[in-house]
Amino acid sequence: MNKLYEKYIKKESLPTLFCPGCGNGIIQRAAMEAIEMNGCKEETACVSGIGCSSWIPCYLQLDVIHTMHGRALPFAEGLKLAQPDKKIMVFTGDGDCVAIGGNHLLHAAARNIDLTVVMVNNNIYGMTGGQKSPTTPLEAKTKTSPYGCIDMPMDACGLVMTLGASYVARWTTAHPVQLTRSIAEGMNHKGFAFIEVLSQCPVQAGKNVWGEKDPAKIMDLYKKYTYMTKTGEVDPAGARSASAIEGKLPIGVFRNDPDAPEYLEKVEAKLAECGIR
Amino acid sequence: MDGKPEKRNEVVLQGNEACAKGALYAGCRFFAGYPITPSTEIIELMSGEMQKAGGAFIQMEDEIGSACAIIGARWGGSKSMTATSGPGYTLMQEAIGFAAVTETPIVIVNVQRGGPSTGQPTLSSQQDIYQARYGSHGDYEIIVLSPSSVQEMYDFTIRAFELAEQFRTPVILLADEVVGHMREKIVIKDGTEEIKSEKHQYVVSPQEDFFKGANSTVEGQLHDDQGRRIGHIASKSGDFIYNINRKIQDNIDSIASIDTYCMEDADVAIVAYGSVARPSLNAVKHARGIKDDRFMSKAKIFRDLFKRGVSETLSSDYGHLKVGLVKINTVWPFPEELLKQATKNVETVIVPEMNIGKYSREVERALRDKKVIPMSKCGGDIHTPTEILDKILEVEGLDEEVK
Amino acid sequence: MANITVDGTCCKGCNICLTVCPKGIFVKSRKRNTYGTNMPAVENAEACVGCRMCERLCPDGAIDVDTEGDK
Repeated sequence: MNKLYEKYIKKESLPTLFCPGCGNGIIQRAAMEAIEMNGCKEETACVSGIGCSSWIPCYLQLDVIHTMHGRALPFAEGLKLAQPDKKIMVFTGDGDCVAIGGNHLLHAAARNIDLTVVMVNNNIYGMTGGQKSPTTPLEAKTKTSPYGCIDMPMDACGLVMTLGASYVARWTTAHPVQLTRSIAEGMNHKGFAFIEVLSQCPVQAGKNVWGEKDPAKIMDLYKKYTYMTKTGEVDPAGARSASAIEGKLPIGVFRNDPDAPEYLEKVEAKLAECGIR
Repeated sequence: MDGKPEKRNEVVLQGNEACAKGALYAGCRFFAGYPITPSTEIIELMSGEMQKAGGAFIQMEDEIGSACAIIGARWGGSKSMTATSGPGYTLMQEAIGFAAVTETPIVIVNVQRGGPSTGQPTLSSQQDIYQARYGSHGDYEIIVLSPSSVQEMYDFTIRAFELAEQFRTPVILLADEVVGHMREKIVIKDGTEEIKSEKHQYVVSPQEDFFKGANSTVEGQLHDDQGRRIGHIASKSGDFIYNINRKIQDNIDSIASIDTYCMEDADVAIVAYGSVARPSLNAVKHARGIKDDRFMSKAKIFRDLFKRGVSETLSSDYGHLKVGLVKINTVWPFPEELLKQATKNVETVIVPEMNIGKYSREVERALRDKKVIPMSKCGGDIHTPTEILDKILEVEGLDEEVK
Repeated sequence: MANITVDGTCCKGCNICLTVCPKGIFVKSRKRNTYGTNMPAVENAEACVGCRMCERLCPDGAIDVDTEGDK
């Protein structure tokens, strides 16, 4: 077993419930490495929702809340307000975060509250067996869009940028080094850090969404159909126009604004201004 | 002791305000909420006072978020509460189930309004009595307290925090619009109560707060004492379900609470909870010919009598009626033994409530050998003492005489 | 020279490592992991350049690359 796993994984909980070749394991390792890089294992707690990706933190030797479908962000906000000095990571999926939890995402991003959100985007509802999600590309055939998806896929990165999230990045599982660095940066960032990770689901999304079942080949497609941007280069409108199949999708750190006012800092400043604290 | 009278902190408060004050006294240091009539005064007061007390306050985007945030904050080590009404309480149901299965001590206040759906935002009801018990899916037991006065709004809120910590369970304070918006003189306490959260023997889930090095896993799936999922193993899952239910059922003696008035020689009992216990008490006092020291309520009864055309001379007939009141403080778990004990000498039980007659079924189940008469009142008005008196006369077979 | 190990109790046989190694150190084998699928074998380990992409991209933490001086 990998040395990092030896330190971070609850061995008695193994094996993970991820299918062979699932991108969640890669993201799990990136998160472990980011925590290791920051040396903040004791100060970190994880919150997750429901779905495959929300099982990522459940295997880590950390304080973890595995919550309700779509509600990871409010749980994390409550935890953060109770423990303002600690680092709270949120693991969530595209359906969990954008569909059922969409309202919470909007408000958490608008508050710019100090959380690190890792949104695993596999373009499908994997755990329930391959139904259309809010990020499923147009024309993709899934169990609930048998004639091809007609709903415009949503761009979570563009969405949270318009609302004022101060750290926004998108990576894929084919970019593990950059992803790790981004998660580490996001954890040190004071403000709402939103990191979308395109992640392969070879079993449920594989053939129908990407036309490919081999996880390594899907990761090659991620490299082929994305282009690297520099910080601040992508405007939200441009990000929305791209999808995983047609055209290329921008990846990179889209915004990193350390000066944006953070929610808890704003609260403290207001209380100080009014002489309450 | 220098013989000075003990200082009493007497204040006039609204029920909702008393609830917020009680929570702050009980050490509640996190409040998340969303405004909804008729519970809004609680979030309003908390938004100003919570941070003064050193806690945190957040207005969430909806009631789902509020219920989730207080669970998150509780694992962060802060005693936490939210308050809502009607539709908001419905939205919170999933989180209540989550708190029950993860054994998270939280307090949720439901200031009931009329339903279903948007229903009657400004009028009172007791229609959520079963939702308070069984609102979330799955088998779980829960503790529900029902205050009937402003003082009880204060005291029961504190009690709710004690019970939540003691049994590691969500506790519902099931108030209603009448109690929430009523103003009364109450006695409040100074400072903050230290509520210890001990490790409870019946609790199955991990209990250590976060950031204490315990690596607690809080898991919404059925789980073992380490937080590992067992939801796919039928035998272990069964044990888990029995455990979280027995945690409450086997400890009814230390949870359940009722108050009795004039039950010693009664042959008719009124069983009431929440605000309906007030007119019930008034009716009992009249039936017994007990002088009510509150002039206004007495005046109201006479006004009622006058309006309803009941001859005033007959009011003296009430004096000999042997009626008593059983006021239920902990509506769930159902205080079955206490109720049986209190009503062992009566033949007839009247259950007035502001809903279609829900709680009377539970009373009927417990008191099989008695005649249980539901007295439902829907529409938003609370029962008047006269209506309850009329029912008592009917039961006693005196109604024809009166008319 | 690196000491590369593949843990048969962790490996699920997804074969990502076969593709990502720039030196083609991992090859298909008939050896079974605990899940009963074929797991990769390590050949020609002396060609390893220590990029650790196999470690980073193994979804199950099965691969450990122990380069010299690495503890």
